[in-house]
Amino acid sequence: MAILVQFAIGLIFGIGLIVSGMSNPAKVLNFLDIGGIPAGTWDASLAFVMAGAVAVTFIGFSRVLKLARPFFAERFYLPTRRDIDPRIVAGPAIFGVGWGLAGFCPGPALTALGFGSTSAVIFVAAMCAGMVLARFIAHLPSLTRFVTPADPLET
Amino acid sequence: MIATPFTPLASLLGGAMIGLAAVLLMWAKGRIAGVSGIAAQLFPPYEDGEFAGRLAFVAGLVAAPVLVRLVTGSLPAQAIAAGPAVLIIGGLLTGFGSVWGSGCTSGHGVCGLSRLSVRSLVATMIFMAAGMATVFVMRHWS
Repeated sequence: MAILVQFAIGLIFGIGLIVSGMSNPAKVLNFLDIGGIPAGTWDASLAFVMAGAVAVTFIGFSRVLKLARPFFAERFYLPTRRDIDPRIVAGPAIFGVGWGLAGFCPGPALTALGFGSTSAVIFVAAMCAGMVLARFIAHLPSLTRFVTPADPLET
Repeated sequence: MIATPFTPLASLLGGAMIGLAAVLLMWAKGRIAGVSGIAAQLFPPYEDGEFAGRLAFVAGLVAAPVLVRLVTGSLPAQAIAAGPAVLIIGGLLTGFGSVWGSGCTSGHGVCGLSRLSVRSLVATMIFMAAGMATVFVMRHWS
């Protein structure tokens, strides 16, 4: 049952990506193209995606987190780190360059697979390789000695 | 470049659906709907017993356009201008950076900002700035 619910949640997420326009890399790149503002080609739509998503999540989280526990789990798994370490700067900087190159971030890239696009297959294959590499490096003993007990994937 | 129309209402509605999915995942499993973390943990090393649920979530993401096509008979435009080399480099950087920085647009941008996390705010500002700088260089420096 929990598995089916998670499938349905992924489905809602993916439909949201399609309806919002995030699944179209051209739209994403035109949003990131602030150099296109003078020419009138800048597409501000994605700011509205963020606004809609954050508004619903902000209200929804505050209500859900008042519950004793999640419906299908023993407890809530919330990120606890607050420090600004080098990785929270370097990681997003690297990700941002990749995002700006192709116009895909991880969610829309996965949803693009369902469009039947060969380009998306290439991108997702490379993306998975990058993810595996990052986790491999993060789990190297020489690094885990310095990284605190926190989960390396914790937000 | 390919021109795209400004779609504030559709984008707001789609964004609200993304938010709804994030809230539902927190309600059901108590977890952050961060796509990079969920996708990355489909690969070893496995640290918990949540593989099947993560796979189901990703399957839902992939199945969304299939369902939209079945119901509406068509899919909205998807224009990918990047060639294979750019896709591979972009994919590697996106995958590596999002895991290295503990999250992407969904984990930091949507869930993190909604939790008023300073780490997520820093991450979101940096990937937005890096994305904008990259597009600027690609489009206006030639």
